[in-house]
Amino acid sequence: MVGFILRRLALVIPTFIGITLLAFSLIHLIPGDPVQVMAGERRLDPAFHAEVLHRLGLDRPLWEQYGSYLWKSMHLDLGESFVTHEAVWSEFLKLFPATVELSICALFMATVVGLLAGVLAAIKRGSVLDHGVMGLSLTGFSMPIFWWGLLLIMFCSVNMREWAPAWALPVSGRMALEFDIAPRTGFMLIDAWLSGEEGAFRSALSHLVLPAIVLGTVPLAVIARMTRSSMLEVLREDYVRTAKAKGLSPARVVFVHALRNALVPVITVIGLLVGTLLGGAVLTETIFSWPGIGKWLIDAISRRDYPVVQGGILITATLVIVVNLLVDLMYAVVNPRIRHAK
Amino acid sequence: MSAVLSTEESSAAGAPPASSLSDFWRSFATNKGAVAGLFVFVFVILCALFANLLAPHDAIEQYRDALLTPPMWAEGGSSKFILGTDDIGRDVLSRLLFGARLSLLIGFVAVLLSMLPGMALGLTAAFFPRVGVAILRLMDVMLALPSLLLAIAVVAVLGPGLLNTMLAIAIVAVPSYVRLVRASSMSELTKDYVVASRLAGAGTFRLMFNTVLPNCMAPVIVTATLGFSDAILTAAALGFLGLGAQPPTPEWGTMLASARDYIERANWVVTLPGLAILVTVLSINLMGDGLRDALDPRMKKLS
Amino acid sequence: MSALALRRWLVASTISCTLCVAQAAGMLTVCTESSPEGFDIAQYELSVTTDAAGIPLYDQLLRFEPGTTRVVPGLVERWDISADGLVYTLHLRKGVKFHTTPWFKPTRDFNADDVMFSINRMNDKSHPAYSAAKNGYVYWEGMSMRALIKSLDKLDDMTVRFTLTRPEAPFLADLAIQTIGSVFSAEYGTQLRKVGQLDKMNTEPVGTGPFVFKSYQKDAVIRYAANTAYWDGAPKVDTMIFAITLDPNVRLQRLKAGECLAGIGIKSESAHVFDQDANMTMVRSTPLQTNYLAPNAKRKYMSDKRFRQALWLALDKKTVIASVYGGIASPATSFLPPSMWGYDGSLPERHDVEQAKALVKASGYDGSELVLFARVGGASDAKRAAELMQADWASIGVKVRVQMMEIGELYKRAGKGEHDIVLLAWVSDNGDPDNFLTPNLSCAAVEGGGNKSQWCNKAFDEIIDAARKTADLKKRSELYAKAQRLVYDEVAVIPLISPTQMTALNKRVKGFVTSPFGNSDFRNVSVSP
Repeated sequence: MVGFILRRLALVIPTFIGITLLAFSLIHLIPGDPVQVMAGERRLDPAFHAEVLHRLGLDRPLWEQYGSYLWKSMHLDLGESFVTHEAVWSEFLKLFPATVELSICALFMATVVGLLAGVLAAIKRGSVLDHGVMGLSLTGFSMPIFWWGLLLIMFCSVNMREWAPAWALPVSGRMALEFDIAPRTGFMLIDAWLSGEEGAFRSALSHLVLPAIVLGTVPLAVIARMTRSSMLEVLREDYVRTAKAKGLSPARVVFVHALRNALVPVITVIGLLVGTLLGGAVLTETIFSWPGIGKWLIDAISRRDYPVVQGGILITATLVIVVNLLVDLMYAVVNPRIRHAK
Repeated sequence: MSAVLSTEESSAAGAPPASSLSDFWRSFATNKGAVAGLFVFVFVILCALFANLLAPHDAIEQYRDALLTPPMWAEGGSSKFILGTDDIGRDVLSRLLFGARLSLLIGFVAVLLSMLPGMALGLTAAFFPRVGVAILRLMDVMLALPSLLLAIAVVAVLGPGLLNTMLAIAIVAVPSYVRLVRASSMSELTKDYVVASRLAGAGTFRLMFNTVLPNCMAPVIVTATLGFSDAILTAAALGFLGLGAQPPTPEWGTMLASARDYIERANWVVTLPGLAILVTVLSINLMGDGLRDALDPRMKKLS
Repeated sequence: MSALALRRWLVASTISCTLCVAQAAGMLTVCTESSPEGFDIAQYELSVTTDAAGIPLYDQLLRFEPGTTRVVPGLVERWDISADGLVYTLHLRKGVKFHTTPWFKPTRDFNADDVMFSINRMNDKSHPAYSAAKNGYVYWEGMSMRALIKSLDKLDDMTVRFTLTRPEAPFLADLAIQTIGSVFSAEYGTQLRKVGQLDKMNTEPVGTGPFVFKSYQKDAVIRYAANTAYWDGAPKVDTMIFAITLDPNVRLQRLKAGECLAGIGIKSESAHVFDQDANMTMVRSTPLQTNYLAPNAKRKYMSDKRFRQALWLALDKKTVIASVYGGIASPATSFLPPSMWGYDGSLPERHDVEQAKALVKASGYDGSELVLFARVGGASDAKRAAELMQADWASIGVKVRVQMMEIGELYKRAGKGEHDIVLLAWVSDNGDPDNFLTPNLSCAAVEGGGNKSQWCNKAFDEIIDAARKTADLKKRSELYAKAQRLVYDEVAVIPLISPTQMTALNKRVKGFVTSPFGNSDFRNVSVSP
């Protein structure tokens, strides 16, 4: 087992190095001079230009710059934003919990609904329910999610306000403005609950609904389909037929025996969905003004805030690698054949 | 998104080659959804091909006195603009039709630009394992980033525009082809008939292209189909973020970007381009499902 | 939970949710369009930073009477100007206190040391606090203040003296600009410098203004509490909150839902959105702003005056106004806005498509593609305007490609002259015509990047220099009339429109006065329950 872990880790290292190379080279691939990029509209006088160039270390040979970049990244020194001059890492830490909270809620919703839908579709294979579930999931990942978000905003805000104002869901932000919640954990649900203020938790929850639905739509579709095909495969297995023959109730058969085994590939897929979630977060956060890292990265790109773009790419990619690694390890724990293969 | 599904479900491929066209069509046709998807897709292609005949107006002509006209069936609409006009008086129907050209072009070019290098790299990785390790690591790096973020980063470097959008999408899609072709090739390489060919003195290139590659095509075709729809969605996302096709190009995603302001006043500007994207992508995905089932009997048994 | 209990919970949550939307009197929530760049506003120049970070927190040496361009005392109570216009002696106000916050407790009132600190840290590169700004003090540099100020001396604890290198009529008005004349605490600056944390001026700010900084949730919410010890009287609201809402449509939704009581950066086309709404009004104002096109006079065809004139003649401003500005802007013929003193209203509008075509031919245009830069975002849809103009020019045979980009990048690249023509907006910062003409059209500004027309005209420079030197309003008006005529004849810029600025207000908000500088100033408003 240990050998397996070490081997997997060894594979990760070159990938990680590759990502640092990618992030590092970003600012050097862009046409133009990074210092001029920083300067804004005013033309820099040459002395100041040289001074900044030297201060940022941009006049040293490339390999030396890369080395220093790598070293600093390991120490979480990812430079400062060109716009706010705040450390990239600390900006990231401030915004990351919002994205995590949204992603967890979206994933939770997607998993619960997806598993249920997938199981039902598998049990009632060929029925209207089955076709309906499959059709809806396919529609779910065929739609542009930003459009889906806009439609929901249109419906929940414009239309709902006319019909049932009290039920209209908020379409922006994480919390109603009158609550001043101390950011203890960065997770609004937890912080609101801890603050004990009347209505705060409910407000936080209502702000999560629409963004979580939008972000969770594609994972929901994927999970539903995966669960269904996995369940179908499991349901034909001998041991299931044996269980049925033994007289166990169908519900028990499905949920206790079949589902447990059907879940394995689904778990793998959930791990892979982290990438999808982060990508989807970019669009979702833009539409719902959700102050997370997705919006942060998009703003940084349009403002040419390169340290943020570099840092963001590095951190995001590292996260995805780590999650994939964990999923692989978990899969290996569950399935001994993988451990000893290759 | 759909790449996740295809890698998972198609990794079991490496199936025996599809025997004949009629066999293939028969298994494809049993999936009604796939057939419906095919019809809709053909309809979209026809719309794109004959856009200049079908479109009542020019896609970029601005009718200055008919800004934000509602569609024909709504109050204030007119039959001159069947689906209404947008914020600077351009006919929505015409823009949708010409936009179909763009979306299909983007899908096609992006898939081609990713499939060809992807297959080449995959074959190289399989036939020359030493180089293969390096190639695989590089692909891992690219796969580590969520595809939308990577596409955005590429466009950030190259600059916005239609061509760069296609390039960015293509670059992002290459790794899945590489992995797929490499896996298929490697399993083919162990098979008896390949070993026999090698012994008989067949050269590497001949082996690659005549023997091994045709047997890997099934999952590649499925991936390409799903890649096509993914390309359309990503191009729309980039257009929406302002990083894609620039005005006045009638790309569907770009149309949605300016539509955000009109959720209340002119919802047709929001709903229609999105519907166009949905219908096109859905039809391609339905076809993709059908293709996968038809080309890989093992998967078919389960659905 | 039983069905009955569930139903009760639903009803209860519905009722309390309606209540949770109505806000306590004494709290003002403003929906703003983007995050401020930081709270040390001397480093920045975007108006969104001034609105959300500058105006609540800081006082300036002088100020403008709300709603006008008249300079009145601020932290400076009275002033003397020498006869030659070179020496300004400023007498400071007593009894002004800096904010007391968890990170700073002032031990003394405001005095001359604070003025010395605030000005010198921008002016003197060797000042210990100069490095608080990583990119320098953009506005100070842009106005070339260093070349203007010969020295700043402290005469006593409550008096300072500026000595200028040349007479400068707008000088006092300059001291009222937030990014030039805001006063920062020297004590706080020293305290931070001692622990090497000067960047905290940007994240934990201290000022003398009517509101005290409480917290900033990045990209989401800024919270201020009223400064009850404010020298000009405590504000009428207890709390002021800025909610950062990028999407203009979502901003409207929040206003309708009562989540925000005020909204800024409302697009002109939304002028009638609240016409049927009993709770909201749309307040309109015409700031001292001109939206215009700056053709790059150094580029191949743009250097020909006839070609530039042709581009102007081809424009259909009526449709731009109808489509982009909701019909509520007025076409502009002079670079100066109509409500600015010295405005020359006699310049005739140009619109003649046939003549335009003739001029294009005369200038020998060969059909090559020109590029138009326009910004994404902003209070008006530049993309739409750009597309409309692109079509107008296509109709006279001029091929133009639109390039959209974020505003920071636009300024940078246009400043370097990478464009053929660029769509810009300029709003006055001090009510003086010089502030329109010098930073945008002087020869010096070509070097500095501010002159996006890349246009340098000796005669023009002489006129505006002379106008700056004298304090005689009549003489200055005459000179500025000449300057405007010159700009018009030479087509140094193509003025488009004078926009109408819109601020959405809930009817509970009273006492809001619009600013001619396009700022949103909520310091004196009250919120009725």
